[in-house]
Amino acid sequence: MRRILQEREAILAFVIALILLGVTLRAPDYLDGSSLGNLLSTWGLLAILVMGQLGVLLTRGIDLSQASVLAFSGMFLAQLSQVMPELPALVFVILAIGMGAVLGILNASLITFAGIPPIIATLGTMTIIRGMIYVLSGGAWISSHEMSEAFKAFPAGANLGIPNLFWVATVAFILFWLLYNHRPAGRDVYAYGSNPDAARNAGISRLKVEFLVYSLSGAAAGLCGYLWAGRFAIAYTQAAEGREFAIIAACVIGGVSITGGRGTVLGAGLGALFIAVVETSLPFLRINPFLQLAVIGAVILIAVAANALTERRPGRQILPREGQS
Amino acid sequence: MKSGAFGAWEVALLILLAAVIVLMSSLSPYFLDLYNLIDSTFSFAEKALIALPMALLIIAREIDVSVASIVALSAVVMGVVAESGAGLPILVLVGLFTGTLAGVLNGVIVSALGVHSIVVTIGTLSLYRGIAVSIVGDDAYTSFPDGWSWFGQHYLWGYIPAELLIYIVATVIFGIYLHTTIYGRRIYAIGTNPDVARYTGINVTRYRIWLFALSGLLSGLAAILLTSRLGSVRLNIATGWELQVITMVVLGGVGIAGGTGTIIGVTLAVFLIGFLTFGLSLINVPGLVLNIYIGLMLIGAIAIPHLMGRLRQKMTASRKDA
Amino acid sequence: MLDVERLSKRFGGIQALKDVSFHARSGRVLGLIGENGAGKSTIVKCLTGIHSPTSGSIKVNNTPHQFVGPQDASAAGISAIQQEPSMFDDITVAENIFVGRLPKGQAGRVDWTATRSSAQSVLEQIGSDIAPSTMMKHLSVAERHMVSLAQALSTDAQLIIFDEPTAALSQAEIHHLYGIIDDLKAAGKAIIFISHKFDEIFRICDDYVVLRDGELAGSGLISEVSKDDLIAQMVGRELSEIYPKVEAQIGEEVLRVDRFTHPSEFADIGFAVRRGEILGFYGLVGAGRTELMEGIFGLKPVTDGTVTIKGQPIKITSTQDAMRAGLAYVPEDRQRHGAILPFSIRRNISLPKLQDLARGIFVNRPAESRLVDTFADRVSIRASSWRQKVSELSGGNQQKVVIGKWLATNPDIIILDEPTKGIDVGSKAAVHQAIGDLVKAGLAVVLVSSELEEALGISDRLMVMARGRVVAEYDRADFSSETVVAAAAGGI
Repeated sequence: MRRILQEREAILAFVIALILLGVTLRAPDYLDGSSLGNLLSTWGLLAILVMGQLGVLLTRGIDLSQASVLAFSGMFLAQLSQVMPELPALVFVILAIGMGAVLGILNASLITFAGIPPIIATLGTMTIIRGMIYVLSGGAWISSHEMSEAFKAFPAGANLGIPNLFWVATVAFILFWLLYNHRPAGRDVYAYGSNPDAARNAGISRLKVEFLVYSLSGAAAGLCGYLWAGRFAIAYTQAAEGREFAIIAACVIGGVSITGGRGTVLGAGLGALFIAVVETSLPFLRINPFLQLAVIGAVILIAVAANALTERRPGRQILPREGQS
Repeated sequence: MKSGAFGAWEVALLILLAAVIVLMSSLSPYFLDLYNLIDSTFSFAEKALIALPMALLIIAREIDVSVASIVALSAVVMGVVAESGAGLPILVLVGLFTGTLAGVLNGVIVSALGVHSIVVTIGTLSLYRGIAVSIVGDDAYTSFPDGWSWFGQHYLWGYIPAELLIYIVATVIFGIYLHTTIYGRRIYAIGTNPDVARYTGINVTRYRIWLFALSGLLSGLAAILLTSRLGSVRLNIATGWELQVITMVVLGGVGIAGGTGTIIGVTLAVFLIGFLTFGLSLINVPGLVLNIYIGLMLIGAIAIPHLMGRLRQKMTASRKDA
Repeated sequence: MLDVERLSKRFGGIQALKDVSFHARSGRVLGLIGENGAGKSTIVKCLTGIHSPTSGSIKVNNTPHQFVGPQDASAAGISAIQQEPSMFDDITVAENIFVGRLPKGQAGRVDWTATRSSAQSVLEQIGSDIAPSTMMKHLSVAERHMVSLAQALSTDAQLIIFDEPTAALSQAEIHHLYGIIDDLKAAGKAIIFISHKFDEIFRICDDYVVLRDGELAGSGLISEVSKDDLIAQMVGRELSEIYPKVEAQIGEEVLRVDRFTHPSEFADIGFAVRRGEILGFYGLVGAGRTELMEGIFGLKPVTDGTVTIKGQPIKITSTQDAMRAGLAYVPEDRQRHGAILPFSIRRNISLPKLQDLARGIFVNRPAESRLVDTFADRVSIRASSWRQKVSELSGGNQQKVVIGKWLATNPDIIILDEPTKGIDVGSKAAVHQAIGDLVKAGLAVVLVSSELEEALGISDRLMVMARGRVVAEYDRADFSSETVVAAAAGGI
């Protein structure tokens, strides 16, 4: 299985490379500084969200509240930067992660303690949190000149000529990769998603697993809230609305199964990269930019079909195999 | 599970609805006005129309998150056809046909791949909306034929909006279909245990495709009403509807695991949300704040019975110990 | 090593175990014997912490234990290898063996090198050449048993329970397993071995315990008991008493199946069954009988073969085709495939007949009531009313609902797949009674049964399947337990 998955990731990476090649052949300026930076930043923001969602999907759940958490965190921190302009970026990062994690824990509590199916629980919190942003802001926008410089500088900035968003996502990628490949807690997530009953029999706690994945999903969304608001230098109630489906789409394209147990950090990262490439390259090709949504939709369906056809089981092997007695 | 139409959930919704009406009329003198209440249905009748097939789909263990995109696609296709000067009947057919086709495609893909419909319809959500926005772009279609405004703006007998009447008729048809016909029985059977349904000679695939087609058809119908009411089609038409529709259905007591729920429950939830929205708007509570209440109701509706059940279990257990 | 004293377990109104006591000793193999439904699996579940007993005690090395969950049992040194091990398909063999307790290296990281090498060594210990890096989902049933055993050994289990481990294994794999059990014995482990096959009970067990209807029916040393004694203790009465053969008028042939073949599950199956006849299909679990019946009933595609019903060749590609042709199928897994548990008896029975019960498109409720009255009575379901939910009924009554549902379709041929699996003795007799009524009414019955006594007791003819093929066929006059069992085990 790991081989097939790696093959699938290799195929996806190959497809992405082909697209990049095709785009640069037709529009060489695509890989120029600013637009490459745009690609890396777009990827960074999406990839963090997608890697957060990964764990939730691994446990057969779904988190629809990420986009709302993102907007909430962005608004709250932007307001904070108005009040306390001297706060450094690191404080915003920490607060963003913490606030997101708390909201994720709220989701996990609703799911484990109140017995609400994940899709309903996070649909509910998605709506509630979106409403809370309005309460917080009174419907007003916070635009660039109202935010502190420290607030904006880090998400919009770059190091070594590469946007900070990319660096943050890379650090997140390494952390998630370590968690899901090398920490017992991360491996428990796979075991639980693969077979929840057997996992409980093996002493894996559902509570721990679900609190872990939903708080990570929330933390990822909270962090992105700050990065998003800083990068675009704006915070408003409807920020990132409708993005929840793009996140899940990236997971599906990256080979993450919503029926649990299957999917890798690398796949999630590649799925996000695919969407980021499609979103940023179409304008360069002078293709109707409105087509990007249709392209992404078609690719989701292709990815789903590829998953379904390779996973299809032919039936039990009862007859002796050829060559056996 | 039960299709005998009026259970504890429906009673609870009815009480909640009564409470909303009492509360709102005490908060605003304009609430309990028949004209106003009827007019308020404009804000939700189209979504409520889509909630009907959505209820059937969720009862049958499927879900369709592409409905809002189907509305957009149907609206845009109708807009294009209207620009070319097509007449009203053609336009209606085009709208319904586009929606149904999109729905059938959903059903066929879900059946052929054998994967959960949420993944497939997240794909077609992007696909249909993407096709729609790449046709319409930054423009808007506004040249609909004479009489087009009838669906979304006309009042019958000077009192009842055509849109409301269409919604009520559709609700009655869906209620009868789900609760009294052999097809409704089979939909419950499929949702409660699809394996038994298949082992018992029910063509599960055919029902699935049919229900997705129905979802597309009513999304197409909603697109007709919506374009008629707005008089124009833009790329952001009906955005976010999918989750609002699902909220109506789930609050109406349709279990996401399949096999449970009634049309009466969904209808009560529709009016509960609709009147709450209207009432709060009268006292100048913005729509986004209203979302908080709807979200809380959604979570509370499922959490409270669950927690009560656990509490009761604990109490009987401790009584045994004593 | 293990002392079980007066163990009882009730599930609602059903007494699954009553005052069962026995002992398992280190370095010895205890055979746990009994018919299906005698309480063996309930004992296993109590010993492994999945169920908690209603009363009685479990002592390991003289220490009493109350298992709250499976980890407690595992910590006490008890492990079970299930008949169909429940594993994690999407992760590797090595990780499966150590799931929930992966070896940790520096800074709390998973030590993958140690995981793989420990897995390798524990697999080698049982002579298995499965690579630890293989994905679980690629393993065969026999290999899954090996991984499950490796898992048990890696927890340093002192008592290992084998639940019908040989049911799905080939002859060579079985011999390998015997060798492993001998080694475990020599290493001082206590072993509980559950089996329906007498030859292997006599081959590897030292002691035995016989259960009947949840109670202890006998125990002692295997060397001091004969097979007939064991059967007498298991059954407790004459075969013909519990399996009365109903004599029915045998009529013309109604179903003929030729060269029936599936790519991986069964091949070249041919048989015919006549009105009033019960055709038994015996075999070990996993021999392909259920798969064959599902193929005939249109539940899975076949690559070759024909079905002829009442002289007419019929093409069956869906359950609807099969029902139109006059077939009915009572599936093996009653709760997953047979009845819709949250539905009432009434709604279950009318489900396949809805089309004929319709007035226009509406359900004709009076006609539905008449139909349900007729067929629920015919199979004598015991319930407070036909509105009662099937989930509230006993296993036997649930099975009657499924049979009643299919009788309502007025079939010519009814396939009964393990119709008495997991139901108590009293209900069993009632189900057999109902089967007798079917053949008297002129139906042809195809009976799949893994219970030898049942298959021999009520069939007119018997087909024996092994590894996806029919390996033997007997007329009633030639029935003998020994030859049938030998054929099923692939010994012919």
